[in-house]
Amino acid sequence: MQPQFLLSLLDGVLGTIVLSVLTFICGGLAGFVVALARISPLRSVSFAAIAYIQVFQGIPLLVQMGLAYFGPILLGFESVPPLAAAALAMSVFASAYLGQIWYGCLISVAKPQWEAAECLGLTRWQRMTRVVLPQAMRIATPPTVGFLVIIVKNTSVSSLVVGYQELTYNAKVINNATFEPFLYFGLAGIFYFLICYPLSVQSRALERKFNVGTR
Amino acid sequence: MSALVKFVDMHKSFGDLEILKGVTFSVERGEVVAIIGQSGSGKSTALRCMDRLETIQGGELWVCGHALHRDDVDLKALRRDVGIVFQSYNLFPHLTAEQNVALAPRLVASKSHAEASDIAQAVLSKVGLAEKRAAYPEQLSGGQQQRVAIARSLAMQPKLMLFDEVTSALDPKLTGEVLRVMERLAADGMTMILVTHEMQFARNVADRVVYMRDGRIHEMGGPEILIKPQTPELADFITHEQ
Amino acid sequence: MAYEFDFQSVLAYAPMFLQGAWTTLILTFWATLAGFVLGTLCAVARTGGPRWLRLLVGGYVEVIRNTPLLIQAYFLIFGLASIGARMPIMLGVVIAMVVNIGSYTTEVMRAGIESIKRGQIEAAECLGLSRAQIFLHVVLRPAMERVYPSLVSLYVLLMLGSSVLSAVGVEELFGVSNRVQSVTYRNFEVFIVLGVIYLAMTLVLRGVFWALGQLIFPRRRRLGTAL
Ligand SMILES: Nc1ncnc2c1ncn2[C@@H]1O[C@H](COP(=O)(O)OP(=O)(O)OP(=O)(O)O)[C@@H](O)[C@H]1O
Ligand SMILES: [Mg+2]
Repeated sequence: MQPQFLLSLLDGVLGTIVLSVLTFICGGLAGFVVALARISPLRSVSFAAIAYIQVFQGIPLLVQMGLAYFGPILLGFESVPPLAAAALAMSVFASAYLGQIWYGCLISVAKPQWEAAECLGLTRWQRMTRVVLPQAMRIATPPTVGFLVIIVKNTSVSSLVVGYQELTYNAKVINNATFEPFLYFGLAGIFYFLICYPLSVQSRALERKFNVGTR
Repeated sequence: MSALVKFVDMHKSFGDLEILKGVTFSVERGEVVAIIGQSGSGKSTALRCMDRLETIQGGELWVCGHALHRDDVDLKALRRDVGIVFQSYNLFPHLTAEQNVALAPRLVASKSHAEASDIAQAVLSKVGLAEKRAAYPEQLSGGQQQRVAIARSLAMQPKLMLFDEVTSALDPKLTGEVLRVMERLAADGMTMILVTHEMQFARNVADRVVYMRDGRIHEMGGPEILIKPQTPELADFITHEQ
Repeated sequence: MAYEFDFQSVLAYAPMFLQGAWTTLILTFWATLAGFVLGTLCAVARTGGPRWLRLLVGGYVEVIRNTPLLIQAYFLIFGLASIGARMPIMLGVVIAMVVNIGSYTTEVMRAGIESIKRGQIEAAECLGLSRAQIFLHVVLRPAMERVYPSLVSLYVLLMLGSSVLSAVGVEELFGVSNRVQSVTYRNFEVFIVLGVIYLAMTLVLRGVFWALGQLIFPRRRRLGTAL
């Protein structure tokens, strides 16, 4: 194995991490909005959130990549940088799932706590920020960390269509030159594993800790 | 006539902890025996040993002719002879009352669907639930669920029925309906051993009462010992139970 | 200048899209079936097997769940091809999908199996049921009913995720759309059409699984609630 290939893979790891972080930040913010919209008392707002979640959970991320890549051209952009298109598609995708996950957490806290807080004479805003959110964030942590794994794995989809140069993309390029798929895809797999496994373990540990806490 | 159940200096431990410290008594065919005693005295453990849910460490234990102190127990035969009902009904939640009852006749006694269903309907009417046969456990009250659990055991025509605090999870009204089913079983001549906190019930149906204390039989006798206990400990226990 | 949409020229390839959609469904069907069997066996091994088998299955589950499907497919399909093991691309893709979905199924089924209370098994033992009968009637059936919604989500996600397997050369829905793009140059319209078809397939798949659930779980049909 030549050192330049290993360097190229590590470069890919960096690309994967950059896209994952961008996705988590943008997708997280958007997902928070989706979750809030989903619990909105306004039917039209909550319905829009449901539709958003259903649509973007109902079409493949790869298709969303294509829409994010070719869509902006329609709006007059010359071309879209692969990272921007990938981050846009991934953020939309992540927001649909995180919105759903966090909605579940909000609801599970809100239902029993809402009335208690109402009795204390708190306003809706106070109830939300002082009572519901802190508790919801606690139970949302394990599934959110678990979803990070899904984000990292799904960055591999951006090697197709938009052609963002992350780990899978670079591994594919190297394989095209060397024809050693077991070696290079195996190495790529190991790198993904090294990123994802600690997150999976962490997610499970948090879940256990939380379960013990509520018992 | 030989005893249906016979404990001979029976010992049972969990690890280093000895729970039953030499229990000796026997139960004749057709007898109804009530076991009472403080929490933790080993009543459930004794009952579980009789269906070999636990293995014993010393002495002898004979149940319906099976030697449970030996290693070569025919478990399948033992469990056809013995029925057991627990405090938590343990009905199978994905099956209707009738399917719960028909399961063992079908799978263990190899009855046809129709035969098993006939058996199920017969025992369900015996516990007064003929009209609930199509209900799922979650659609039944606790008392009804417990009666289905009793019917489920009866469907295999056991020679011996064991009951472990079967009414403890029920409120007084539902307790009554389950106790009546057990009373009727006793009147039909079923051999029964029941762990219970219902002193009134023990007095009415039991031929014999066993008072367990700290892993041993502390006092044993006819139901009258519940009124005139011979030992101060039993007297004390009875006052506290009421 | 406003963009002029042209769906006409894309929709001219409707038969190709349909053919691709059918292929996607076929792949998903076989992968789901085999993946369910594999996952259930692994779940059994992981809950009740000997220590070495539990470790082996645990390793399989962790490796697959912490790496992307695309890398798994490249590794398997290009890898096998590189050592001269030739097989039809459809078969290779199904194998990759089965290996992938099997690990997720394992975890879901394991959770289902572990949710069955000890008392249920004890009650069945006391009724004289054999170990195999207990497993089948008292553990597996209710466990499956309990986790059925999670399983359905997994298999719908598998159908959507299979789109990336176009990269190894299988002509499923996404694969054929590449061809349509290269002839029509109507990329965006193609992706819109793809989105609509996939969305419709998601709905159809959910409907089919719902109906299947009604069929195999009488309790669910009668009460309409999850176990
Ligand atoms: N599987 C086990 N492992 C270890 N100890 C056990 C086990 N099962 C029971 N014990 C212990 O054995 C003792 C007797 O338990 P048992 O359940 O027989 O009591 P009991 O008389 O039925 O009490 P209760 O009225 O509360 O049901 C208790 O101290 C209990 O903690
Ligand atoms: Mg007890």
